[in-house]
Amino acid sequence: MGKTIAEKILGAHMGRDVSPGELIEVDVDIALGNDITTPLAIVEFEKLGLKSVFDQDRVVIVPDHFAPNKDVKAAQQCKMVREFAKKYRITNYFEVGRMGIEHALLPEQGLVLPGDIIIGADSHTCTYGALGSFATGIGSTDLAAVMATGQIWFMVPESIKFIFHGSCQKWVSGKDLILHTIGRIGVDGANYAAMEFCGEVISSLSMSDRFTMSNMAIEAGGKCGIIQADETTIEYVSSRAKREYKIYKSDDNAKYKEVYEFDCSRIEPQVAFPHLPSNTKPISEVGDIKIDQGVIGSCTNGRIEDLRIAAQVLRGKKVHPEVRLIIIPATQAIYQLAIKEGLIDIFIEAQAVVSTPTCGPCLGGHMGILAEGERAIATTNRNFVGRMGHPKSEVYLASPAIAAASCISGRIVAPEEVL
Amino acid sequence: MVIKGKIHSFGNDVNTDDIIPAVYLDTTEPSELAKYCMIGIDPTFPSRVISGEIMVANKNFGCGSSREHAPIAIKACGIACVVAASFARIFYRNAINIGLPIIVCPEAAGESNDGDILEVDTDQGTIKNLTTDKTYATAPFPEFMQRLIAAGGLMEYVRIKNATANLHSK
Ligand code: SF4
Repeated sequence: MGKTIAEKILGAHMGRDVSPGELIEVDVDIALGNDITTPLAIVEFEKLGLKSVFDQDRVVIVPDHFAPNKDVKAAQQCKMVREFAKKYRITNYFEVGRMGIEHALLPEQGLVLPGDIIIGADSHTCTYGALGSFATGIGSTDLAAVMATGQIWFMVPESIKFIFHGSCQKWVSGKDLILHTIGRIGVDGANYAAMEFCGEVISSLSMSDRFTMSNMAIEAGGKCGIIQADETTIEYVSSRAKREYKIYKSDDNAKYKEVYEFDCSRIEPQVAFPHLPSNTKPISEVGDIKIDQGVIGSCTNGRIEDLRIAAQVLRGKKVHPEVRLIIIPATQAIYQLAIKEGLIDIFIEAQAVVSTPTCGPCLGGHMGILAEGERAIATTNRNFVGRMGHPKSEVYLASPAIAAASCISGRIVAPEEVL
Repeated sequence: MVIKGKIHSFGNDVNTDDIIPAVYLDTTEPSELAKYCMIGIDPTFPSRVISGEIMVANKNFGCGSSREHAPIAIKACGIACVVAASFARIFYRNAINIGLPIIVCPEAAGESNDGDILEVDTDQGTIKNLTTDKTYATAPFPEFMQRLIAAGGLMEYVRIKNATANLHSK
């Protein structure tokens, strides 16, 4: 019986074949924590009384959620993380001014590579599956254990294959494909399983769109969202990688728990209604939804390609007088590039606000919290009750194109409506 | 271990923002987190729950973020055990890692009501609903997880492993 990419990567790290359902303890290549999850891990790690972490170059810490410090408590947590990084000489600690949203930053820095096993105390660690790696979110105690031993326990997941055929309609992006997929299978449709995205449409996607898709695997309950590394991947990683990497392919006779096929020519831009990412509708069926705020950013859609699309829609236009648009480039490098390309000018001309990289509003942390009864359209990944603020506020998820167009219109609309 | 207590019932897809909203993630203190447990769904929950009671939910309990603050808040507010039709993956491992007993049992979850009294025997893998007088069997934990639980959670397991291997502790 053949093996899937997930089984091959886990097997390669075990030095033997592994099969779904098996519980293994395996070496990891990279372990990640942020300002919210690392403090809990530090408390646990310190109890062990060790002098060092398993490998100071393979632990990555990024304060991004409540950083730049949103208040005194956040400042305390960031300080705790900073001091830990210093004490254990963590080489990949990214301070404010050098940081970005973790899942945009790590690939950009070449820290995560094809064939890796990457764990992160953040559920969207699955983003790196877009590079052909096995990347998954874990908890803080897991992170503490990995920082100590370099190993983690896993159940080898079954794999589910998603094949995307045909070609995409105008304005349809990776975000729309993944929202459509989650809409089809539900928020636990891939629980415990490795999702594998393939087909000619995936091969033609940019790395940015691929990251967006893998990012939201967790929104279907997936353990990871893997895309086989190809020319596009190699082009992306070759200038960034500072160590060897390996590309794995699923065998033709690999066993999948399920196979889903999509005809992309029939997929319209998607909007996920409150309060689940699976609550999706094609843009033509959205109806009359008035919005108070737009957010373009996050680990899902805060990359330069996303900002370019937003700028394409916003150029020469103004944000609706009753709407606040917040745009957050995901990393410092993206921010700088957006300035050089003139995108930030376009945003400010359009009367949007542009912020330094942070998770901020995505998790209702800071920089754009919603009041009671307010509605936002966001390029983020979760629209749970109260996710961006008041429990009686609402979040609609969509692509940067839809978010930008909606902020001009004041209602959720397709870009054609405002261009 | 036998846990007997009153049930607090919840529905499908209870997510970690429901269990502990992100604004309260600015602390690692269990007693602080306990004050806000489940307030995304029911603001009265922290004040209603009595130590030793049981939480029962439908499918996909704990979906969403990786925040371990969620099982910690549940454990710290006094819930002795969570029974659900299914759990989201990261929540499941977090609960096991911190020693919060959680049990998958779709039948018991589906047929129990808020306020029923449940008796859960984690060793035998049985759940008894004393109100409806029904008994359910659950799958035992795999051997590896039993070892984790027997060690007292993941960190104890690591401590034992480290002591044996004498890993970089000098
Ligand atoms: S941008 Fe949002 S989803 Fe992404 S890591 Fe930050 S809080 Fe999590």
